[in-house]
Formats: sequence, C-alpha cells, structure tokens
Amino acid sequence: MCRLSAITSSEYISPMEPVIALETMKEGHDGSGLGLTLKDLGGEFEKLKQYPILSGICSTKGMETLDSFMKKSGFKLKHQWSPKIKPVKGIQARDFYFARAYDYPASYKHKSFEEKEDILMNTRLSLRKIGEKDQSIFAFSFFPDIITIKEVGDPLEIAEFFGLQKDTLKAKIILAQGRQNTNYAIYLYACHPFFIQGYSTMTNGENTAFVPIKEFLSSRGFAGYMGYNSDSEVFTHILHYIRKKLKYPLHYYKDVITPLKDSEIQNRKDAEALRLIKQSLRPLCIDGPNMVIGFTPEGYCFMVQDSKKLRPGIVGGVKGKYGLMSEECGLDKIIPNRDRSKDIFPMKYDMIIISPDAKEVKVWNQLQGQA
Amino acid sequence: MESTSRASINFDSNHSITIKEMPYIIHWRDDRCKRCGRCTAVCPSKAIVPSVRVQRVVSSEGAIPTPKAIRKVVHVIEQVNDMERYCTGCAVCSLVCPNEAIFPEFNPQNKFLHYKNKGGDGYKRGGRRNDPSISTLDRIKFTRISMLTDPALDAGRHEFRVRTYLGRIMSPESLPLTVDNDSLIIDKSRDQFIPPVREIYPLMIGSMSVGALSPPMWEGLAMGITYLNEVENMPVVMCSGEGGMPPRLLKSRFLKYFIIQIASGYFGWDEIVHCIPKMVEDPAGIEIKYGQGAKPGDGGLLMAQKVLKLIAGIRGVPMYVDLASPPTHQTKYSIEEAVAKMIQSMSMAWGFRVPVYPKISGTKTARAVLNNLARNPYAAALSIDGEDGGTGAAYNVSMDKMGHPIASNLRDCYLDLVKQGKQNELPLIAAGGVGKKGNLAANAAALIMLGASAVSIGKYIMQATADCLGDEYNRCNLCNTGKCPRGITTQDPRLYRRLDSAKIAERVVEVFKSADVELKKIFAPMGRSTELPIGMSDGLSIDDKAMAERLEINYAC
Repeated sequence: MCRLSAITSSEYISPMEPVIALETMKEGHDGSGLGLTLKDLGGEFEKLKQYPILSGICSTKGMETLDSFMKKSGFKLKHQWSPKIKPVKGIQARDFYFARAYDYPASYKHKSFEEKEDILMNTRLSLRKIGEKDQSIFAFSFFPDIITIKEVGDPLEIAEFFGLQKDTLKAKIILAQGRQNTNYAIYLYACHPFFIQGYSTMTNGENTAFVPIKEFLSSRGFAGYMGYNSDSEVFTHILHYIRKKLKYPLHYYKDVITPLKDSEIQNRKDAEALRLIKQSLRPLCIDGPNMVIGFTPEGYCFMVQDSKKLRPGIVGGVKGKYGLMSEECGLDKIIPNRDRSKDIFPMKYDMIIISPDAKEVKVWNQLQGQA
Repeated sequence: MESTSRASINFDSNHSITIKEMPYIIHWRDDRCKRCGRCTAVCPSKAIVPSVRVQRVVSSEGAIPTPKAIRKVVHVIEQVNDMERYCTGCAVCSLVCPNEAIFPEFNPQNKFLHYKNKGGDGYKRGGRRNDPSISTLDRIKFTRISMLTDPALDAGRHEFRVRTYLGRIMSPESLPLTVDNDSLIIDKSRDQFIPPVREIYPLMIGSMSVGALSPPMWEGLAMGITYLNEVENMPVVMCSGEGGMPPRLLKSRFLKYFIIQIASGYFGWDEIVHCIPKMVEDPAGIEIKYGQGAKPGDGGLLMAQKVLKLIAGIRGVPMYVDLASPPTHQTKYSIEEAVAKMIQSMSMAWGFRVPVYPKISGTKTARAVLNNLARNPYAAALSIDGEDGGTGAAYNVSMDKMGHPIASNLRDCYLDLVKQGKQNELPLIAAGGVGKKGNLAANAAALIMLGASAVSIGKYIMQATADCLGDEYNRCNLCNTGKCPRGITTQDPRLYRRLDSAKIAERVVEVFKSADVELKKIFAPMGRSTELPIGMSDGLSIDDKAMAERLEINYAC
C-alpha cells in the first residue's frame, strides 16, 4: 500500500519531515518512487512568490530544448534551484533536476491570474508533449509558490540522493507519497502527488472506477485533464473540476466521489441540489479503496476516503502544525507531543478540512451536511 | 395438361417430400403408446395424426410358445409429410403423453426453408434469429477481479446500488446551481428546465403488447413488476408495447411502473389520450418505437384472429380485422424535425414530467440517430434493439438476416458519446439477445460495462416465466399464428387458460431477484457497488482478437 504523509504548518518546515514519516511507516518493498509537492515556499523562494516555478527533470538535450522553448514563449528565468545530488546506490541520476522561477512574458504581465494560470498549464503540457517520447523533459508543475520533486526509488534514499536534509528548501504545506506500485508502470508521471492549477492530491489504494472517470474527465474539453499514467491522477482532476470549473464549495468533493444514498440525501438541507449533482456527476463516483489527501490554492488541506473499502488515514497535531498520514506511526514520529486523544480517524461520511496556516481542523460530516 | 395427367399417375410419389426434409422428426414408440390420442389433439400444427396401418403381427398364446403371424389393421401415430403442417419441435406431444411414447427430434439435414414458401409467400414466424451459436455477449468474460491490491466486495454483505437513470441528465456545467452560505442551492431565478429523470432498476421488461401477448401473460408480467416495486423495493419498469394498456391500469397508481409505447400504428392512443386527465400517476416513460431489432424496417401486424373484444376495445378498433402498423411513422419526414416534434408532443402531453425516448433497431446508422438526439435536450434516452431481439410475427428473412448485433452497435454509440462528453447525459438502453443462452445477469452486466445504462429483455422473460418453448433451432416459434401451445402469444381462451398469471408473476419476481443476486456476484469481485459500472470496459475481456479490437476491450485466452 502506498504511504502518504502530508504536513500543514504555520511555520516553514523541511521536506525531510514528511519523508521521515514515510520511512517510519515503511513495511516491505517500497521502491516505486517518491513524490513531494511543496506549497507556500520558504527559503530561497520566499521572496519569489509571484513568479511561477517550473519543476521538472531534463536530460542535457532536454534542457536545451526547454531553454529555447521558454525563451521563445517569452518566459524569463529569475531564479533556479537544483538539488545537490549525492550518489546513492540503486538510484540512477538524471542530468538535471530543477525548480526554476520565471517571470511572465511581457504580454501576460497585466493579465488576470485566470489567464496566467492557463498559459502556465499549457506551457507545462507543451513541455511534457515535447519531452515525453524520448523522456528528455519531465515537467511536473508550473505554478507560483509550488515545487514538485519526483524520482523512482526508495523514498528516504531519494531524499538523501537529493540532499534534502541539508537543503534550505522549505515550505508550509508538503505532500509526500511513497509509492508502492501495483498495476501500472513505474514511471515518473505516475508518481503522486499530482498537480493542476493550484490543486494537488495524492492517494493510496486502487481506483476501481478509473476508466469511466478518466473518460468523463478527458471528455470535458479541458486540456489539463490528460496523462492518467496512474489511476490516482483523476482524484486531482476531480478536485480541480468541481472547485475551479463548477465552483462548488470544497466539501462537495466528498459528495461527488462518494454520493449519498437517496434516503440519506433527503435529510440534507441541500437535498435538491445534491440529487442533481448525484445524477450529473455519476461517472465521477469512486468505489475505492482509496484515501485521498490534498490541498487547494487557498491553502486548505483535506483528507477523504471512499465510502466502503476505506484505506486507513489519520489526522492529528497541534495548533499550527497538523499531519495527515496514512498510518499513526508516521504522525507519532513527526508530532509526538500532541494530544493523541484528539487524533481523528475519518470514516465513510467524513471529510477532514484543515484551514490555511494549520489554524483549525474541521470534520465535515456528509450525512449531516455540516462540520 | 400433359403434366396433370402425369401427376395423376404419380405412383412413385416424386413430388412429395420425405420426412427427412422436415425440421423435426417425430419418434413414436408403438410398444409404449396406449392410443389415448392426447398428442394428436394437442399438436398446434397438426403435424401428427392418428392413422391405421395393415401390419404383420406375431403373437403367441398358451403355455407353450406357438408363434403365429397374422396381418391386421393397427392404430398408429404418423407424422404428416406436408410442409404446411410441419412438426415445429415444440414437444407438447411429449408433455401430454402419459407413457413417454413420443418426442420430436431436430433434423439438422432439413430443407425446411426450401419448401416453406407455398403460395409464393415467404416464411413468417415468431421468436428470434435462428442462430444457436455463442453470441458475442456470451463470449465476454469479466476478467479484472479485485484481488489483494483492491479488496473485492462481499456480494452478500455489502450494500449495492443496482440502480440507473431513465431520463435526460443535465451536464454538470448546465445545472442551475448557486452557492449560498457554503451550500449549493437551485438557482430559481434562472428558470431553467430540469428534465424528468426516473431512478429505475437497470434490467427492464421490453415492449410486448397486450394483443401480441395473451391477457394472462401480460397481466402476469404487470403483476410481477408491481410486486417487485411495492414489496421488494426493486424499481423494475415494463414497456407496454404498441397497442395501449387496459384503461383501468392507466387510471391506477400502478401506471408509474410502466413505459407506454407509441408506435407507427398509434393503436390504443385514443384511449390513452382520453385517460390522461384521469391519471393519478405519470407513467415511467414514453417510448417512441421507430424500429425493432428482430425485424428492422418492418412494421407490425396483429392478425385478425387475435383481435378479439378485449384487444379491439383497448386498441380502439373493430374486432377481427388485421391491424397493420406501417414500417415507419407516416409523419416522419426527417429526424431533425419529425422526431424532435414527436418527442416534444409526447413530453407536452404530460407537462414535461415524463421522460420520452425513441427506440430503434440495431443499425449501422444508429450513431446518426444518436448524434441527433444528443443535440435534442428533450430526448430522454436511446433504446437500441439488436438483431437477436424477439418478435411476435415477422418474415423469417427479416429475423435471420436483417439487423445489427447489439454489442458493437452499443459500444460505438457509447464511445461516440464519450468523445462528446455526453456519456452520462443520454442514457443508452440495450436490448436484443440478452439471456439468449440463459446468462441473463452476465449478458446484462457485459452490456452495462460496454456502456449501456439499462438493459431490456423480452424473449428471456417469456422463456423463464411462462416456459415459452421457442429456441434458436426454430423450435415452436408459432407466436404469429395465434396457436401458442403455452398460451403466451394467443388470444384464444382455450389456449391462454393454460396460463396462470399468478404463477407468471411469481416467476417474474424470482427471475429479477436472482438476476439481482447474480449482478452483485459480478460487480462485487470487480469492486463496484456505489454506482453501476457503466463503461467500466477495462473489466471485460473476450477470446477473439478482432472482437476485442472492435469493442475496445481486452483480449484474453
């Protein structure tokens, strides 16, 4: 089972923290990959918040292509971070790992953020398309205040390989996933967390209903709904779809992926609307077993599960720092001095939402339609 | 004149056919027969007759064997070698025989179709396509079984939602919703039309009319689905077929379990329209029949001998006249206008509270129809009836050679909708050959996973509930003659009194409940329970590469 470890904090933390939590949860072989998505960056990126950051991996040839493409698109390089690679047995180093902050093309400087988001996503997709065939370019995210790092191998060894324990890279929200690959190829684009326009999620478990969900998203006419090298990528896109496209409040994510029974809907105040979305979004219903952890552009973090097969999950911490983990031991390692009696193990109707800066934890109950 | 004189001295029987030409050959055992005459009395086609024969009989009487051969006249049962009175293989003779003295056997060497055209008219029959080979649906297997990475569900313990929608479902983007205090509410200011949608069981009983079916058969089906709805909490719906419905039912609260069909003859619609103001419930839907899988491009015909008082009353026609429905709706001049208008008119009749959808026969042009309906916001679904669908009466050539298999037709339509992002908006109802070999749940599940929202059955339900004798070796298939030996497709009280509608209703309930169990046994190991696995094609495999490629599913062997 994939291990998930997310931390949301009011202070900047090192990405090593969630990786150590992953290590604590380790059981058996687990070498399919590590993915880290960092939001609300500190360190050298703290003062670059308005600039979009392109995270990815390139070969030497790919870097040349990337440079020329970005130049042609009008993006100007402002700052670059690269990990200080420490060779680790079993991990084959690629030519360039990078997070690069760019300034927008002159023509975009005064455009709305919505328009900027679209050019960022389309640029990322173009780079992916250019470099995917020969694997010369991997572009994971291109968005302000977001960095994504991915590599195949054991999570702790990858962290050492990237030298993260000594690095100044910090963030307030970090998602980390140790992937235990099952039925899809071990491939960088299949590594969680997945990211699209400010939304990111990671998942454990297998998504039984992957094909109809993928077909539904792919047919929305939105270029960003592509990829799907992992059956979990749809969870990120569903989140993006219901928040950004349909503009539903966040807790409707739960109502979309695990719709209530009709007899349960009638007790909700929003029953009329719920019935309609249950019908219209029927193809997005999941059947698990999945536990999803994610964040939104506003900085809310959440944990949610399917309604039947329930992969494990726990949320706990102290005001200003909360962990969202797939197992309790991971949380114990990172936030040992918490009141464990307040730990939350979400069940079928629950969606746990933590407000920005880890101020408040709410358990939103789907049956009652309130926190 | 010369030929006539020759025929009159035709001692060699040269222009008679032999029994070997017959599709079924009667095996009669002299030693077991007690000459009660039940078999000859019951035979619907008069294919067997009591006869006499001069025979050499060896007998012995007394304590010491003293065999004596005598020639005497004996009574026998003979098969007639007249193709107009061919043995249909129904085996009702075996059913009534007290001594197991008689049974028909299929004759694969028969030349039935060579001769069954007397008077220059082609062979007409009921039933479905005479093709006993394994259908595509029966070759499909469910191969993505949830194992250790994804625990399977417990079919007996877990809760399953085996339900689907009948009705046009709005796209998520067009829902009239707005956010109020962190909650979604309907934005009434937009005054947007929200199409009617019914939540139904994904297996439904397809259109078979009162008229084509005998009163106890139709009544039995109707009672069965009512029981399923009211007692078993299974929202199974049934389509009336063309020819209206009993007025008492139209005005009852049970109407909500029925889809009323309008077809090209508009039979029964005078009564229906007059009943509308008196209806206490809306019907589940309105089906506009444009085609039938068993006889694509053909109209319907209810023969005069079936148009008795009850049928004439319901259909609003005189008794004992042939009731022909034209092959096409006479008002239909284009799909863009006429079909849209028909859907609008029907919707309007019930105040836009009832889903209205067309039913077509499986055809290569189904996608053209589909795309038209996809653009019509009032079209509630599309029902496609594949070539293996059944009928009460059609030319054999239509049934055997016309039409399109349902599997690829449905799949093409579903994938077309996927391309447009409308796979959830216009439900596809698949029919034609479901349960042909008895695998009702498996065939239905395969169609659902290929993209159907619901599956319609007809022939299977008659076989399973009323012991319809028909099969794909042309057994029985007398539906068109009004001589159905089971009393299913006849209006002759002497025949239909053999049927007990309560028993049929009981069997309908058993069939649906067992199909429900089997559907769960399929969905559970595939890990699907919260919704139907519509379009979950990665779970399917077939043992033929070309078919796998055509259906865009896995090949497994």
